[in-house]
Amino acid sequence: MTIAGRAVTIREDNVDTDVLYPGEFLNVEDPDQMSAHLFEGLDPSLRDELGPDTILVVGDNFGTGSSREHVPVAMKASGVSCVVGKSFARIFRRNCLNLGLPLVDCPGAAARANTGARVEVDLDGGTVAVDGERFEIAPMPDFMRQMVAAGGLVPWLRGRARG
Amino acid sequence: MAHTLAEKILLAHADVDDLAPGDTVMVRVDAVMANDVSGPIAFRQMEKIGVERVFDPEKVVMVADHFVPAKDARSAALQRRLKDWAIEQGVVYYDQGRGGIEHTLLVEEGWVVPGEVIVGGDSHTCTYGALGAFGSGLGSTDIAAALAFGEFWQPVPETIRVEFTGEKRGFVSGKDLILAVIAEIGVAGATNAVLEFVGEGARSLSIDERLAVANMAVEAGAETGLFPADDTTRSYLAGRVRRGWDELRSDPGAQVSRELHIDLGAVDPLVAAPHSPGNVVPLAEVTGTRVEQVYIGNCANGTITDLRQAAAVLRGRRVHPRARAVIVPATQAIYRQALEERLLDAFVEAGAMVSTPTCGACFGGGMGVPGAGETAVTTTNRNFRGRMGSADARVYLSNAYVAAAAAVAGELIDPGELIEAPAR
Repeated sequence: MTIAGRAVTIREDNVDTDVLYPGEFLNVEDPDQMSAHLFEGLDPSLRDELGPDTILVVGDNFGTGSSREHVPVAMKASGVSCVVGKSFARIFRRNCLNLGLPLVDCPGAAARANTGARVEVDLDGGTVAVDGERFEIAPMPDFMRQMVAAGGLVPWLRGRARG
Repeated sequence: MAHTLAEKILLAHADVDDLAPGDTVMVRVDAVMANDVSGPIAFRQMEKIGVERVFDPEKVVMVADHFVPAKDARSAALQRRLKDWAIEQGVVYYDQGRGGIEHTLLVEEGWVVPGEVIVGGDSHTCTYGALGAFGSGLGSTDIAAALAFGEFWQPVPETIRVEFTGEKRGFVSGKDLILAVIAEIGVAGATNAVLEFVGEGARSLSIDERLAVANMAVEAGAETGLFPADDTTRSYLAGRVRRGWDELRSDPGAQVSRELHIDLGAVDPLVAAPHSPGNVVPLAEVTGTRVEQVYIGNCANGTITDLRQAAAVLRGRRVHPRARAVIVPATQAIYRQALEERLLDAFVEAGAMVSTPTCGACFGGGMGVPGAGETAVTTTNRNFRGRMGSADARVYLSNAYVAAAAAVAGELIDPGELIEAPAR
């Protein structure tokens, strides 16, 4: 599985899900309406950077805090196709993978990529390239790779429900 | 092979012969919980999976607690969905005015049994570790899978052993102990790990204090924060839980990734200053900070223990003219007990507001949101920028003595300026 796109970078470490999607909007249900509040507490202008080929590049412990799935739902609805970071908080990692949004731990690439950089993520080959410069990544465990390839936990389980 | 407590619990809930940190296993759950925010999204995901009925209605519990009482029509619609779905599925449902804040409520109602696995659509599900249960906070899609099949996928975590020795002093509570841990390991220090609290100091803590400690394990990045069940757990659960359970322990020689030792006698009252639970400083460093709002409540510190501490400070005193105080008993049962103990009288006479149980202002959902430029002292678990609503509000996390004293003084002070330290 290979994903290529344009980097949109959030440099700060420990970016929490409250600034990514403030609590007052947790009663919103429609993914497109959620997108309108993404990054609201961090930098609403970042929303204008997002497009259909966005690869979000982030720092350490990204997505810390609340379990709110609104964050990756809104990211997907805004066109984010992959998240490359130095490291991730546990529930945020689960939520992305469950929604079929690939998430890659790659401190080197995350430090290198500025907004606008061309990023190519090769999940099978185990590399991330930033403007042509290659960084190695640990292979994703089989279970997670299968789930992401299926499009997330729901399609992965749908087979099981039918069977 | 020697196993940690977390490994033993997961092994008993997975179809594998053995497991070790890093393995990913499917784990059977003993209970699944969701609320008015995480539930409706999970229900839709469950429909998409193609499963119509929950795996076992007796193991599913829904709690309306986040935007309650509904602050607007959109929130009311979510709560209606939660209620209708719960009735349709025949699962247990705690409606507004009859339950309370999910984590305190589930512990109180006997849903949490040592050695069992409970998943919840809320990050503070780690609170259940206080009773020696593997409480795991998950997002809505994970919850949908657990509702449908009674399972979730779980990478086996490492264990960080935290040994508490000695006795805590004066105005130190469970809140200060977990802040001391977070100060030492940082807000990501326990990522992919569980915290396990052992030692005579851990065993000396009451259930309410253990709940306060375990609740903020996630603020260090941990999956859950485990107190091995003991006699204190057993007496608390008598009359609440009918199922039998064992006092599981980590095996001697079980592999841990890190060990911490904290002498409780050396811990002073601590606060987490804006804007991170990891920004921990001794109270003494920030006394004199002016305060416009005090909020005593939430799933970390809305217990009867917290309310008694707050009442000890507020009884016979007045909330400072500069400040306002919001006090939120975590459950209806705590509310009634506080009523019987005349704690609520003390609060109302002091000029504090007493709210119905709700998650409310803790996450900016309503019922006492601080405004721009205001400083709040709260017994909650997160003080991220904008967490309570305004990005320009400043939130200090503290124990209930410190928060109540701030309400009286209109600034952060040592509670010892108002009352004698409690005898232990």
